Amino acid sequence: MNLEVKLPGLTLKNPIMPASGCFGFGKEYSEFYDLSRLGAIIMKAATQFERFGNPTPRVAETSSGMLNAIGLQNPGVERIIANEVPRLAEYDTSIIANVAGSSLEEYIFVARAFNETNDVNALELNISCPNVKEGGIQFGTDPDMAKKVTAAVKEASNLPVYVKLSPNVTNIAEMAKAVEEAGADGLSMINTLTGMKLHLPTGKPLIANQTGGLSGPAIKPIAIRMIYEVRQQVSIPIIGMGGISTAEDVLEFLQAGADAVAVGTANFQNPFACVDIIDALPETLIKYQYTSVQDVIERRGAVV
Amino acid sequence: MMKKRHEMKVLSVETIAKETVEMKLYQPEVSQQTVPGQFLHLLVPGFTLRRPISIAKVDRQEGTVTILFKIVGGGTKALAAYQPGMTVDALGPNGNGFSIDDVSEGGRVLLIGGGIGIPPIYHLAKRLSEKNVELVAVLGFQSKDYVFYEEAFKKIAETYVVTNDGSYGHQGFVTHVFPEVGAFDQYFSCGPLPMLRAVTTELQDSKGKVSLEERMGCGVGACMACVLPTVDNSYKKICSDGPVFSAQEVIL
Repeated sequence: MNLEVKLPGLTLKNPIMPASGCFGFGKEYSEFYDLSRLGAIIMKAATQFERFGNPTPRVAETSSGMLNAIGLQNPGVERIIANEVPRLAEYDTSIIANVAGSSLEEYIFVARAFNETNDVNALELNISCPNVKEGGIQFGTDPDMAKKVTAAVKEASNLPVYVKLSPNVTNIAEMAKAVEEAGADGLSMINTLTGMKLHLPTGKPLIANQTGGLSGPAIKPIAIRMIYEVRQQVSIPIIGMGGISTAEDVLEFLQAGADAVAVGTANFQNPFACVDIIDALPETLIKYQYTSVQDVIERRGAVV
Repeated sequence: MMKKRHEMKVLSVETIAKETVEMKLYQPEVSQQTVPGQFLHLLVPGFTLRRPISIAKVDRQEGTVTILFKIVGGGTKALAAYQPGMTVDALGPNGNGFSIDDVSEGGRVLLIGGGIGIPPIYHLAKRLSEKNVELVAVLGFQSKDYVFYEEAFKKIAETYVVTNDGSYGHQGFVTHVFPEVGAFDQYFSCGPLPMLRAVTTELQDSKGKVSLEERMGCGVGACMACVLPTVDNSYKKICSDGPVFSAQEVIL
């Protein structure tokens, strides 16, 4: 079955990619399977300088999900381009770089840095990390700020830009429209929802950062609702994510309005999550009378 | 060779001390590969994250791995309810174990374990007992009800048991018996962070290795949940760079 999807800057052999932050730079999971099987890989966030992230504990399990507050730990964009990108480029898959920052200048710096390599196919603009205090999230909750950073990164970069939206807003469609107007080539949604878990013996937050981003199956209905809403108000493609762990979940995201999907937390439970989903997708599409991934995308027009 | 998910068959499940469960699993491949200090990352249906569980012994001849865990929450409670014949989905053996290449024949080694940190120390003790090495073990528990593996240790090591409340053995912390243990070439320790802090401070002039525990996400080195600062202003990942580190290398 044809699972191919064409998006700005990306021709994906299938619509499945690991989500940023849940797959590192692919090295660890390359010990489980051939990364060439993936539609694309979204790398862990890059910032201008190396970041060591938050104190531990950084994760906590919740019902049907987990909280994390890693804090954008990464070696810095220059070392990512020097060490990680060339290794990933060995695989027959597309590379999407996640661009993070705490100021407009930093976003521009990081986005521009990825112009230096020919091996990155698109940028995912991370304006929605809930776990850094220095302002990243402001860009993701204020439509004017989101517009500003999107326009600036579009100008700085030679690559298509997918803006990753935060669900921690009152009106996600307003955010989506703002970044579309600012020239975004696509959207990526949703990032994690801010949550907290207490440690009963102490009555204090279990995660050192106090709050963390909730991910996993628990947030899937929220992701579906938000993508469904946004799909009706913007025309740029959407990379959907939020609790995907099965091929049925993928179909639901595509039906809701996504054009491709990313798998995050599921990788932790099952290192083979992405390839298991890719293997199961044709049968799932057949079961619901679709002939290809593109067929789902074309036929959902009738739904919305 | 690519890494796999293993289906490990449960052979026995036994509560050997308060809230402490020993489970014997059959999986020859894992049994062959495992060295002391490594862990299994077990999936418990209904729970999002896998549980990192330490290994107490392996029997390569019979193809088994014995794990030991404490019931601390819903996941470990569900795991403790497994019956012989059922299978457990496992990743591993994960991490790097204790390197014993630098333990010289005829030497004397101090082993320090605290609570659920004792199983990997026992696995290591068994391995070291195959060498011509004199072993001294200091085992710390909360109280008498939690004591396990004392007899097993006594067969291969000069053994000191310490309980926090003094209900069994020496009273206090593992560090309290250090003045009695005499000279040693190096030490190996595994246990809760406060214990490891006390041990490494007390023994700062000695060569030693420590094994750490932390809440993990992926357990394979990708998610950066279980990191630890190092003395050279960098960091290590407990799950994949560790869980065993040189005591001089990391900041606890």
